[in-house]
Amino acid sequence: MSKVFIALQTNDDTRSIIQAILADNPHAIANEQPAMVKIDAEGSLVVRRSSIEDLIGRDFDLQELHINLISLTGHVDETDDELTLSWNT
Amino acid sequence: MDMKVSKKKLGLKEKYQHMTRGLGWETTYQSMDEVFPYAKYEGIKIHDWDKWEDPFRLTMDAYWKYQAEKERKLYAIIDAYAQNNGHLSVTDARYINAVKLFLNGISPLEYMAHRGFAHAGRQFPGVGPRVACLMQSLDEIRHAQTQIHSLSNYNKYYNGFHEYRHMLERVWYLSVPRSFFDDAITAGPFEFMVAIGFSFEYVLTNLLFVPFVSGAAYNGDMGTMTFGFSAQSDEARHMTLGLEVIKFILEQDPDNLPIVQQWIDKWTWRGYRVLTLVGMMMDYMLPKRIMSWKEAWEVYFEENGGALFKDLARYGIRPPKWLDQIEQDKDHISHQAWATFYNYAAACNFHTWIPTDDEMDWLSQKYPNSFDKYYRPRLEYWREEAKKGNRFYNKTLPMLCQTCQIPMIFTEPGDPTQICYREVDYKGNKYHFCSDGCKEIFEHEPEKYIQSWLPVHQIYQGNCFNEGVDPTAEGFDPLAAVLDYYHLNFGRDNLDFEGSEDQKNFDAWRGMATKNT
Amino acid sequence: MGVAAIKEYAFESADRLENFHGNQLLYIGWDKHLMFCAPFCLPLPPAMRLGDIIEKVLPGVFGYHPDFARIDWSKVEWLKSGQPWRADFDKTLAELGLKHKDVLRFQTPDLNGIKGSAS
Repeated sequence: MSKVFIALQTNDDTRSIIQAILADNPHAIANEQPAMVKIDAEGSLVVRRSSIEDLIGRDFDLQELHINLISLTGHVDETDDELTLSWNT
Repeated sequence: MDMKVSKKKLGLKEKYQHMTRGLGWETTYQSMDEVFPYAKYEGIKIHDWDKWEDPFRLTMDAYWKYQAEKERKLYAIIDAYAQNNGHLSVTDARYINAVKLFLNGISPLEYMAHRGFAHAGRQFPGVGPRVACLMQSLDEIRHAQTQIHSLSNYNKYYNGFHEYRHMLERVWYLSVPRSFFDDAITAGPFEFMVAIGFSFEYVLTNLLFVPFVSGAAYNGDMGTMTFGFSAQSDEARHMTLGLEVIKFILEQDPDNLPIVQQWIDKWTWRGYRVLTLVGMMMDYMLPKRIMSWKEAWEVYFEENGGALFKDLARYGIRPPKWLDQIEQDKDHISHQAWATFYNYAAACNFHTWIPTDDEMDWLSQKYPNSFDKYYRPRLEYWREEAKKGNRFYNKTLPMLCQTCQIPMIFTEPGDPTQICYREVDYKGNKYHFCSDGCKEIFEHEPEKYIQSWLPVHQIYQGNCFNEGVDPTAEGFDPLAAVLDYYHLNFGRDNLDFEGSEDQKNFDAWRGMATKNT
Repeated sequence: MGVAAIKEYAFESADRLENFHGNQLLYIGWDKHLMFCAPFCLPLPPAMRLGDIIEKVLPGVFGYHPDFARIDWSKVEWLKSGQPWRADFDKTLAELGLKHKDVLRFQTPDLNGIKGSAS
């Protein structure tokens, strides 16, 4: 199985996002590097709006991710509620 | 009391549909073929442009909103960095040379990417890819501008930043990144998208922006970290665009497969060659090292690229050619590149140096199969000679590869002691190459590459002196004349880091920053 | 194969012989001496003797290397375009049949660079 990843800047905005991603994806592994966090996951990874909103206590638009996103791999499927990364193999 | 029923907000997918479709029309005053003259000549067949799907359903209104926010964050940090004399908090002044290379060699490519995507967007008859290309074109000019702004802080204090535009079209090593992009932008719109959108953005830019920029942060350079990550936040969108381009083209017609495969082979190799510069920046120019070039290659190319090509196999795409050579090269190219710039330090707008003992130990630990055996001996020899006042400055111009324009520094696959020579006879002339990859790319389109503006040959043709200079005059000094033409200040911008003005200034200013006298 | 193009696409080589003011280009590399990061490119008159190139030009090109002074030129082995080649120091480039942009390599079997590292 191939790995997907998402990398985010390390800052106050992303702390809750990273926490939500790790909670929603128990198979994901966070890899901390200077100024950034890279989250690797076998097969697929989902970023869920509601989980982030629960943590930050306000509405969150998933497109806000763009502000602190560094990089990602895999096919992207984006809806209002979820952003999913996956490979087809 | 009546509840006020507000109209339900459009979902992301519907909103994207509304704002990216129905914007185009079939032209009637002129034929579609006249309006989009570049849409067919490359041989790519598209039957239904509406099948285009942008995975990030970003529309123009959301684009402006988030880009504005990114800019505010970026400039807040850039201002703070400048106000706080941030340049004095980098690990040591050698680091700044990596930033010089970035501004001179990489930032201008952002501007060319802006032009390229604007052009490709204009030429595609389909609305979906036009919107995506428009956004990417805007992103790229933002990257060029933010990088120039960020780096102009360094230009106030250090040498070598002053003429990046002038130098791009003249200085020998800058012909490598420049010709890479010129090659892409002079191709048709589909090849450009596969070249830059897919092969460069998807397969290779992570190597540039992620570990190197994280390394900049590790070395205390907030300015570079900020523009780097700000650019890379757009890059994630570019990467998905690159992948979408490939999927879209391949799903449209089976005849597209061999054309796309040839482009992937070509552009992965072309991009890989350009990234040699980044390998050297990571292994030699970051005083505090974060990961070796080889490790970055394994994570971002072998692992991610491997997953990508496994996924694309369902379309009949195979991994790019020459991967076996690339696999062997990862132990060598950063060392070979650094040795090259050490050789030609008199003709560069940044400084080079011999790594410290600690740094050499790090290199031998990261490169157990190659560093001590092949590269340490020459570095130690040069260090000894420099101590005796005999620092090596290679004054004879090197043989260049006709395709990638890099000096012929690369070794045979499987034999790091032997330079790799390849040649082709074409219409009565000989052409030389650094590798099977560059040779095959030439053979596919010889008419394109026989026009290469090879800096060494141009100097010998007399095209790299300022107007009025007479190369036949008594006592003519060709190196001095070429450096004048480059606008490179001898003794300030070039030569070894040891003893440079940058080194002296940094030490003096850092002293002033931490003491009252 | 040719370039895909919207109209006829034909150009002259940017590096054809007549652009070099009477010189021709000769590339020359010294095997197992990679301290010189790449082979060299030299513009030379076709009437120049190979012996003069070795005596008058090459010291300025390769002389920094400690092995250079130890070369016994009578034992040097030459390759042209990767094939064994017979050098004649008394002949000119033209007489030797060396054309514009030909590439020569020379090998010094007893000399293998700094500490034998091919540097």
